[in-house]
Amino acid sequence: MSIFIDQQTRLVVQGITGRDGSFHARQMIGYGTKVVAGVTPGKGGQLFDGVVPVFDTVADAVRETQANTSVIYVPAAVAASAIFEAADAGVLLIVCITEGIPVLDVTRVLPYLHERGARLIGPNCPGLISPGRSKVGIIPGNICRPGRVGVVSRSGTLTYEIVHQLSTQGLGQSTCVGIGGDPLIGTNFIHCLSAFQADAETDAVVMIGEIGGTDEQQAADFVQQAMTKPVIGFIAGQTAPPGRRMGHAGAIISGSSGTAAEKMAAFTRAGIAVMKRPADVVPLLKERL
Amino acid sequence: MNLHEHQARDILRQHGIPVPPGEVATTADEARAIAARFGGSVVVKAQVHAGGRGKAGGVKLAANAEEAAAHAAKILGLTIKGLPVRKLLVAPAADIASESYVGIIVDRASQRPVLMVSAAGGIDIEEVAAKTPEKIHRLAVDPRYGLLAHQALGLALRLYRDIAQARAAADIMQRLYAACYAVGASLVEINPLVTTRDGAVAALDAKIVIDDNELDRHPDIAALRDSSAEAPSEVAAREAGLTFIKLEGAVGCCVNGAGLAMATMDLVKYYGGEPANFLDIGGSSNPQKVVSALQIISADPSVRAILFNIFGGITRCDDVANGIVQATQAFPLKVPLVIRLTGTNEELAVQILTRAGFRALTDMDEAVKQAVVQAKAA
Repeated sequence: MSIFIDQQTRLVVQGITGRDGSFHARQMIGYGTKVVAGVTPGKGGQLFDGVVPVFDTVADAVRETQANTSVIYVPAAVAASAIFEAADAGVLLIVCITEGIPVLDVTRVLPYLHERGARLIGPNCPGLISPGRSKVGIIPGNICRPGRVGVVSRSGTLTYEIVHQLSTQGLGQSTCVGIGGDPLIGTNFIHCLSAFQADAETDAVVMIGEIGGTDEQQAADFVQQAMTKPVIGFIAGQTAPPGRRMGHAGAIISGSSGTAAEKMAAFTRAGIAVMKRPADVVPLLKERL
Repeated sequence: MNLHEHQARDILRQHGIPVPPGEVATTADEARAIAARFGGSVVVKAQVHAGGRGKAGGVKLAANAEEAAAHAAKILGLTIKGLPVRKLLVAPAADIASESYVGIIVDRASQRPVLMVSAAGGIDIEEVAAKTPEKIHRLAVDPRYGLLAHQALGLALRLYRDIAQARAAADIMQRLYAACYAVGASLVEINPLVTTRDGAVAALDAKIVIDDNELDRHPDIAALRDSSAEAPSEVAAREAGLTFIKLEGAVGCCVNGAGLAMATMDLVKYYGGEPANFLDIGGSSNPQKVVSALQIISADPSVRAILFNIFGGITRCDDVANGIVQATQAFPLKVPLVIRLTGTNEELAVQILTRAGFRALTDMDEAVKQAVVQAKAA
């Protein structure tokens, strides 16, 4: 088992002929992900690298290849449109790698997905990987090892750093999910923690948060109330300067709750072991496994 | 991107929101001329991207044109929160009966735009929110339907008992919501929304922050950017496609990804150093970005060592290595450089760096420790 993706994942790559899309489509194919289709409007009928059929629309791709998951590498200006299109085509797991999507676009995307029962991971995220089974996104496959630790993170490269620490010290992963760093995201910590708690092949979870918002505090409450598996936490931004404030409304809506100190305190109160630095992850996990 | 008050007022006016008159001055003479044209008493307000202008002496009431010129001269010499004042708004002093607050921000928790209103508007609204949160009324708007008329009126009745004033305020709220989406704002705020002695409702002061991700499709808004009101190093970074925030320490940091950049700064502190900056070279890096990053970091005289921490994913380590080699050939560095790279195309990167005489580390803790030691030794 694993969460969200496995050998049953049949992937359509939106933007497969672009610079990032083509590079990472090859990486995913090389990793063993079942990349069944690509989409680039105007390039329908071509074969990507002589193997993967390219379609003009996601609907065509789903009808012809039974793709059940989409990954998006299109430019920011058309990324919201790509998400709408995937949801309309009946894709139930949509992973949006693209960064720089206007947040007001996302306010319109999320209710649309909710009505169709589709899950969005991201935007502005590295995607996810179930080591040895499937990789959707840009997480480097070579740093991951199959195993029983679940990883969920708001960051991209910081996730790689911590996964790298796990793998090189003998702790493999069931699934690593990068949920994205934008203010509005489709899948949050609690969705992932809940899936890891239910996954028979996950023994412990590493949760990597950062300053801003209150998602980590809500996740801490969830851990305390609903999780029996050990959880290790990290918060990036302990030395970050107090953010330049977004007028009065920013202060009114979040107060002081977005700081690293407040989040680490919430973790500790919930029984989550707090890492002071990325290299603490393995010792803390080994104490609890 | 922050807009100035006078720019925000223009946008509200374009969306049909009543905004009292006001003009921009850049010299004391211009302020005198504007004040004379309006006649009577005027307010002179610093146009600067910082809160607390009034408390910093950047907002003054003048009884006549001469006084307006004197205040203008003084305010144009001010630096508020590190930002020099270069522009003023001169506006007739309003005859205010009440001050309310109206703001819209995208709320992470409800994942919707949230309209917030309070009858206790004015400069102390944050204190009101902290001490008496029950005086702030909120509504999460469903973006599929927008702010509905009855919702706006319901909130407006929290501000005004007079139905005509409540209707006027509700109309302003709906127009403000439309303006928010029309210009791609991450924050729009009217503070204060005033009623005058004759009963009219108007937006006296406005603040708008534009989502940087919207600027490409709103060239008219992007053209409002006032780079003279921002720190020069941050302007250079933005133009190079980098995110940069200057700090006070001696270890210059160049990292890919915001999370890893923050974790690197935290680790610098953990090993007894202080970071000189936050710098994220972003996702798909090209060598030119690395060149710009090195130029920006090494322009800071307090930097004693520079630390690269790159974990390649979408960023290719060889791109970064090429950038480091190009930059150091064009502008030889005066401080030691510690490079840590691992991930996508790591082997290629190590070859490129080794040929150019650099050593590349693969362990983050080791690299940070070395950078802290070298910064202290320098």
